[in-house]
Order: sequence, then C-alpha cells, then structure tokens
Amino acid sequence: MAKKEYSFYPGCSSQKGASASNLQTSVDAMCDALDIQLNEIPDWNCCSASIGYGEGGELPRIALSARNLALSEEHNPGQDLVATCAACWLATREAAERLNDDNQLMAEANQALAAAGLKLEPPKPQRVRHMVEVLIEDLGFDALGEKVQRPLEGIKIASYIGCQTNRPFGIAGESFENPVYLDKLVDTLGGDSIPDYEKKVQCCGGALMFSEPEKSQELVKGILEAAHDNGADMIVTPCPLCQMNTEVYQDQINERHGTSFNMPVVYYSQLMSVAYGKNANQAGLDGQIIKATKLEELAKK
Amino acid sequence: MSDMSSAVVEKYHNDFLKEVEANVEEGEWVRMCMQCGVCSGSCPLGPHWAHPPQEIFMMIRAGKREEVLTSDSMWMCTSCYNCIVRCPRGLPITHIMHGLAHYAHVLDLAPKNQPTRRFSKMFWDNITKNGRANELKLGLSLYFKDGFGPGVKEALKNKALGQAMMKTKRMNPMEFFGGHGVKDKSGLHAMLEKAREIEEAKLKRPAN
Ligand code: SF4
Ligand code: SF4
Ligand code: SF4
Repeated sequence: MAKKEYSFYPGCSSQKGASASNLQTSVDAMCDALDIQLNEIPDWNCCSASIGYGEGGELPRIALSARNLALSEEHNPGQDLVATCAACWLATREAAERLNDDNQLMAEANQALAAAGLKLEPPKPQRVRHMVEVLIEDLGFDALGEKVQRPLEGIKIASYIGCQTNRPFGIAGESFENPVYLDKLVDTLGGDSIPDYEKKVQCCGGALMFSEPEKSQELVKGILEAAHDNGADMIVTPCPLCQMNTEVYQDQINERHGTSFNMPVVYYSQLMSVAYGKNANQAGLDGQIIKATKLEELAKK
Repeated sequence: MSDMSSAVVEKYHNDFLKEVEANVEEGEWVRMCMQCGVCSGSCPLGPHWAHPPQEIFMMIRAGKREEVLTSDSMWMCTSCYNCIVRCPRGLPITHIMHGLAHYAHVLDLAPKNQPTRRFSKMFWDNITKNGRANELKLGLSLYFKDGFGPGVKEALKNKALGQAMMKTKRMNPMEFFGGHGVKDKSGLHAMLEKAREIEEAKLKRPAN
C-alpha cells in the first residue's frame, strides 16, 4: 500500500507535556504501523474549542480556524486536513463550511487574515476530517484487521464516543444515537465489544468540567457506572476531553459519591498500537493515571 | 443597564427579536422555532436550566430582553450538539445559545460571577496570549480565580490530580515560564484585533 499523506492539526492538548500527550504518542505509533504520514501544519494555533465563545464571539473565533486552514493550504496544498481532537475537528470543519457557504463571512475572515499576512482562497472547499474517518474510509476495517499481531483477546471494552466526535457531523453511515464503528474496531482488534453500552454518546460535561465540576462529575459517574455494570475492563474513546474527564476525576467522584471506580480509559489509537505490536511506551500507556493493566500485560508479550 | 445596552434597545425600538436577529450569532433563526420542545429535553444539564432553549426562544419573541440576557441558562450549555441533530426545524441551537451568552457578556448583562462566563474569558485570554493553550496557567488561574486564600485551598484539593498529571507527563511545570505558542504572535494578535474591530463596527451600524 502506498503511503497516505495528510495535513495534520494536532491541537494544544496533544503537545508534549500536555493533557493528551499520550494520544499523540499512540497516534504516531499507529500511523507508523499503517503507513500514514502526518504533515503537521507549520505554526498552527489553538482553535479556541467550543468554550471560547463567551469572550471570543463569532468572527475572532472563526478567524482562528481560518488561519489554520490558510496555513494548511499554503504548506500542505491539496492534502485533506486531519485532526485527532474532536473539538479541533469540529471547530475547523464548522468554520470551513461556514466560510465556504457565506461570502460575506469569507470576506471578513480574509480582512482579518490579511493583518497576519495570510489569505484564504480555496480553489475548492478544503476537506476537514477526523482521524477516525481516515481509518474507516481510506483504509477500511479489513486493512485495519490485517495488521493485528496481538489480538486483544479476553479484554472487554466499552466504546465511549461522547459528543463532538459524534455530533453534529459524526461518521458517515453511522447513527447519532447508536454509532457502532468503535465496537467494530474493538472486534476487529480481537477484543470483546459491548454493543449495548448505554452511555456511548452521553455528554461528559465537556469544558464545563472546569467551571461546573459537580454537575459534570455527576454525568461522568453515569458513564463509568454503565461501563462497570456491563463488566468492562476498560473504556475506549476517540476524544481527548472525554478521556480526561472520565479518567482523572474518578478519585474526586469516589469521594463525593462514595463509589469505588478505578476504570482505565484509553484511546482507540492505544488499543491499535498494542494490537499492532508496539510496546507500552510507544502506545502511550505510561500516560495513564489509572493503569490499563490488561493492555500493559499484552504489550509485554 | 450599561450605556451600550440602552443604546441598542433604542436602536431597535424595543423590538428584542429584531435585536437578536441583527446582533446575535445565528439569531436570524429564532423565528423558525416551532416550540416542539425537543431541544429542551436534550440538554445534559437540563435540570439546571431555569429556561431551557425552547423557552428562551419563546421569551425572545415575547420581548423579555432583561430576563433572557441576565439569565444564566445559556451558560449551562455543554456544547453537546444533541439539540442540533434533533431539531425538526434545523435550528443551530448550540450556536444561538453561545451567541446569546456572548452578547449578554459583551453588553455586561450576564451574571457577574457565572462560573462558565468567567472560565470562558480565562480560556480565551489564555489561548490568545501565545496562540496555544497553556494548560498549567489555565489550571492555576482557575484555582486562583477568587483570590489567593481560596486559591491555595482549591489547589490543595486538586493536589493529587496535579501530581498524577505531572507524573504521567501530561502536565509540565515549566509551562509556567512560557510554554507552547505560535511563532507569529504579532500576526495572530493583529488578526484577532482586526476581527474584533469588524464585529464591533457591526454592533454600531444603524438598524435597517
Ligand atoms: S480544542 Fe483543545 S486541543 Fe484543540 S486546539 Fe483547542 S484547546 Fe487545543
Ligand atoms: S427543537 Fe427546534 S423547533 Fe423544537 S423547540 Fe427546539 S428549537 Fe424549536
Ligand atoms: S448543545 Fe447546548 S443547548 Fe444543545 S442540547 Fe447540548 S447543552 Fe443543550
């Protein structure tokens, strides 16, 4: 298979020493196994996620994404822009679609971009894609299965997709209420999926975990409880904020609600890296606060 | 009421729906709502919304300006997009909620200490300073938002979490002295300033 190339937008949380640095580590290992080349957009900036709205407003927010789109077009022309962070993907794709639909907005964004010496002049609308789309649409489950060296045998995994990887765009051909691609991926890797997991697309509170921690932790409690009740060994998610919200506050939730959760939460790319023969560090498993023991043991084999 | 706020009320002759259509992101959609209530059943923090989205749309049409803009309901939006994919009329509800909250913030009618209002500002200031998020400083400003005393208490409460994040290399204490950022900071700042200028000019243009 020829190497596939994409223009890559990693997002702030995937940088070294940031909250989802283990996502990036495992994405690198996964892409290496799958012969995917990611060309990082030079000098990309934060997209301001969803929560930037309060202070940022409409045009400044869209300008942030427009700058990334312009840099991507300039340095990685003709390549689809790919993001691994759900919020990054959503903000960038939303901005790209609105800019392409609305000439006035495009003109205003270009006025702002001109102040940074940039210009957005798409010959055709740029495609903004999620890494999961690349895996499913450009490679396909068969190709993903062929690379498996260490099947995830006997590991029961709850697929938690969350909000922004799923809505409003989602993955083509999947339903908003019960998407099945992550279950299919778990099965493809030889693990045991839980197709009836009730909290697949439940909100984790998103950025309100920071401003309304009690209310958001209540939501996370439900997500963990359902995984536990279904006998899951771990949760898998595609989203950095979902990962963080469901993993790192378990102590606080236990304290507040008298529960005793100790549920590992990993990224799909970590499952894939281990299944594809990478070691624990390459799979970013040293970044887990709650150790994914079963995965670590498998990675030693 | 702020001067800016009374000026817009006058400009739109007390017609709040017109004001929303002109000044709020995606506000021109409000009229399309058929009051089915699907959105209101979709918010994850539903019980905490004094006025769920459907009700907000009704209140806008009823001209309840003060009640809408001073409400903390819109600030309960988690940006989950449940409503958008379910609304039979295709309203971009998430963006209207964000737009209303932002508008209330700009006019300074939003509740002063609303935690999400404060966090959103902190977040925006943090990411635009260097062009990329500085998670360490964001965490610190969050803990210390109410001053030094409560800040130390808040930070201690979260000490175990911070240590775990550092141990797993998912937080870097060195970020305190700079951290990640874009190279072209002056370009980025000039761009944002221009964008803000364009938005402000729109707020000031005459009503049509
Ligand atoms: S959404 Fe999060 S990770 Fe993505 S650019 Fe914005 S702050 Fe950074
Ligand atoms: S779902 Fe749509 S039409 Fe129904 S009340 Fe909400 S905004 Fe109005
Ligand atoms: S995006 Fe906001 S308004 Fe829409 S359902 Fe979610 S919380 Fe409610």
